Amino acid sequence: MPKDDGIGAATTRREDPRFLTGKGRYTDDINVPGQAHAFFLRSQVAHGRIASLDTTAAAASDGVIRIFTGDDFAGVGGLPCGWQVTDRHGQPMQEPPHPVLAQGKVRHVGDPIAAVVAETLDQARDAAERIDVDIEELPTVTNMQSALEDGAVRVHDDLESNLCYDWGFIEDNREAVNAAIAGAHHVTTLELVNNRLVPNAMEPRAAIGDYNVATDEHTLYTTSQNPHVIRLLMGAFVLGIPEHKLRVVAPDVGGGFGSKIYHYAEEAFCTFAAKAINRAVKWTADRSEAFITDAHGRDHVTRIDLALDENGKFLAIRTDTLANMGAYLSTFAPSIPTYLHGTLMAGNYATPLIYVNVKAVFTNTVPVDAYRGAGRPEATFQLERVIDKAARELSISPIELRRRNFIGKDQFPYATPVAVEYDTGDYHATMDKLEEIADIAGFSGRRAESAANGKLRGLGISHYIEACGIAPSALVGALGARAGLYESATVRVNATGSVSVLTGSHSHGQGHETTFPQVVADLLGIDAEQVAIVHGDTATTPMGMGTYGSRSIAVGGTAIVKALEKVIAKAKKIAAHLMEASEADVTFADGAFTIAGTDRSVAWGDVCLAAYVPHNYPIEELEPGLEETAFYDPANFTFPAGAYACEVEVDPATGEVEICAFAAADDFGNIINPMIVDGQVHGGLAQGIGQALMEHAVYDEHGQLLSGNFMDYTMPRADDLPSFVIDHSCQTPCTHNPLGVKGCGEAGAIGSPPAVVNAVIDALQSGGHDVDHIDMPLTSCRVWTAINADTGS
Amino acid sequence: MIEISMEVNGREVTDQVEGRTLLVHFLRDQLGLTGTHVGCDTSQCGACVVHVDGRAVKACAVFAAEADGRQVTTIEGMAGDDGSLGVIQQAFQDHHGLQCGFCTPGMVMSAADLLRQNSNPDEDEIREYLEGNLCRCTGYHNIVKSIRAAAAAMG
Repeated sequence: MPKDDGIGAATTRREDPRFLTGKGRYTDDINVPGQAHAFFLRSQVAHGRIASLDTTAAAASDGVIRIFTGDDFAGVGGLPCGWQVTDRHGQPMQEPPHPVLAQGKVRHVGDPIAAVVAETLDQARDAAERIDVDIEELPTVTNMQSALEDGAVRVHDDLESNLCYDWGFIEDNREAVNAAIAGAHHVTTLELVNNRLVPNAMEPRAAIGDYNVATDEHTLYTTSQNPHVIRLLMGAFVLGIPEHKLRVVAPDVGGGFGSKIYHYAEEAFCTFAAKAINRAVKWTADRSEAFITDAHGRDHVTRIDLALDENGKFLAIRTDTLANMGAYLSTFAPSIPTYLHGTLMAGNYATPLIYVNVKAVFTNTVPVDAYRGAGRPEATFQLERVIDKAARELSISPIELRRRNFIGKDQFPYATPVAVEYDTGDYHATMDKLEEIADIAGFSGRRAESAANGKLRGLGISHYIEACGIAPSALVGALGARAGLYESATVRVNATGSVSVLTGSHSHGQGHETTFPQVVADLLGIDAEQVAIVHGDTATTPMGMGTYGSRSIAVGGTAIVKALEKVIAKAKKIAAHLMEASEADVTFADGAFTIAGTDRSVAWGDVCLAAYVPHNYPIEELEPGLEETAFYDPANFTFPAGAYACEVEVDPATGEVEICAFAAADDFGNIINPMIVDGQVHGGLAQGIGQALMEHAVYDEHGQLLSGNFMDYTMPRADDLPSFVIDHSCQTPCTHNPLGVKGCGEAGAIGSPPAVVNAVIDALQSGGHDVDHIDMPLTSCRVWTAINADTGS
Repeated sequence: MIEISMEVNGREVTDQVEGRTLLVHFLRDQLGLTGTHVGCDTSQCGACVVHVDGRAVKACAVFAAEADGRQVTTIEGMAGDDGSLGVIQQAFQDHHGLQCGFCTPGMVMSAADLLRQNSNPDEDEIREYLEGNLCRCTGYHNIVKSIRAAAAAMG
């Protein structure tokens, strides 16, 4: 029986009333009695040696409690990297230390040199001005090609070079791919940049370290997507605090998009300093500080070759990428350009031979790590751009060329040449749906209308695939992950039948407090209102890996289902006892246990009460209580896919691009709450369109971030975007999780950038401009320059 | 320190502030009204929008002392005493106009000021008015929808 608050229902969110009335509780809203405030003195130069650091005058300033420098952290560990990549020669990546506070050298603008802890934030900030620091500036490297040249300035003196790793995937295929490309009927080549982005969750990062000297217990409140991961990394690798003495709380978190996965220096600092001064220590980033300390995203430079036969069939793909790591390795940085990028280079297409090379490079810039999509947007962008270029070169329509190469519906499960196996999909179906909702047939008429207004109208298509539901632990362990990627859930049934679900997933906008109860309500046949979700606190939830990589419903949701299955199995035993029936004869549906073939039943609530008031209970065979925990480790990734279409108008006089329409047809498998899924797609599209048209973290040659605040870094605003046309009625359920779900959080950001760029190129070509490519962001300046530089106009 | 008095959400408050204290910090740190958020340091994001004498103001761009003697309404003053949502707040919930919730107080306060000025804005007018409020989660699609629905509900 479909429930009106169960799986598939567009129920409104229970989170909303608190956020709509100012009753959310974000980290910066928390004030611990007696707390002091931290302010970080940060490097203003990108590379330098700390010649002297004198805190005497600053320490005497009003309200200062203590000033910390790198020397205070000499005895603790550095920030750990959670993934070790092995290069194409079998050697481990170069892995430099990442100190909490700078040790002798600074390596990017924003690197913390010292931290002032004072009674008030203003006092801490004022005192920091009085720290006397002399930095001997060194030459900088911000450009990846320059960083790899012989004799280049090294970001880390102790490393042989700025090359973190030279990775080949799959190395054994390299020669075969080269041979296939050399002998192909047609080869299309494209060189492109995947622009560096700043994630910019609206809530800046914050941390409060608290310490109880009587119990030797630490509490860290932090803006994190994964509090257990922070507890493990910070406790075990940085500060040496065992888990039972360290509680990490991630309360309401104002967006993450990847940037709040990682363990940051400020978390370790506040935890460490709280014990050192025996008072809570609070820090909240300014936005400008966030720009130079939050891990950035993307920043790839790529050359891709696509070989095709005379019928337009793809024969081979070869791609060479330089991936910027920044000055240090952020928590999961090495995995993004490798296993989250190379494994997706097959896209939706049956290409028999693929080889991916990635050189990861250290530069004097902020560390780069996962940002919404994480590796998959970079793979999709180059593939969907080179296909578009090939279609133009071969005079085949972009839709037709894609269709000619799609993996067929009957080919699943499909093992790609890049080590993953797609379980299910139907790419022609999503393309069919896109052609319908985007009214592709009516495009030529719209183009004519635009032309009548002096505008060039373009249509851009892309089709993406992503690997979500991260990840099978054994697989990622073999690939270098230093963590498992299962998820956990405890289903705690209360005596009167209501349910608390304690999940290791973490919601920072995704609506888990609404979606997860829908699953529970459906499986138990109770009202969703009877279900509470508890998350974000290591003291109350089982060890879980948090939320990123569109994993929460596919992995975390499955953990809930597995725990529910255990609960139902035990409840059946109790029901059988109550009804004096054989357990094998008891069925459970719609919130009642029934003896099959009879009208005898016992309600869910009565069974729950019996579990906690076990007067009439099989006490010798069964423990009282009704609470079960499950840890679910997925068998495979999930593979959402979709077809996107963007229509733009370009003003040839100014180069200005306007998005006229954007349509998205996604296949997310089964859907729990379609309203929330719509919202996830909208947000992803906005970020992808932002990347394509306006966002860019720009460094100058001295390592200064030129777009370092909201005045200079162009965030998409309401009047930059259209309303979207989206559809997720194409559903091929995931075959290896019980809900048949795939995840939807990153799709929009993955599929949209190539659709936008393809549309602009199409517009320019339609105006007779011989422009093959423009690097993102497609600002009016870049588009105008391309129009006026081409020789075809 | 300066002594200031103002009416905040219908309640008279008097307190001491430094000359440099911004209204947003006064509200958050001294009055405990943490629904007004700080999302940037350049008055770009709008997470701190409150009403001063009935008009939308970025509370990060006003000194607390400048609000002396004024009427201030924050997001905490937009719901009924029993917690019931106002029309705009309800429209945001009904149309999924929020995700992480961080920009939401500013969005609601801006929407209220827009609808005060223009009771039936079209999509373009809403998008143009929201130019001073950043949201990273929703792509604005459902915020626009929410405000249109609120306008319709307010008749």
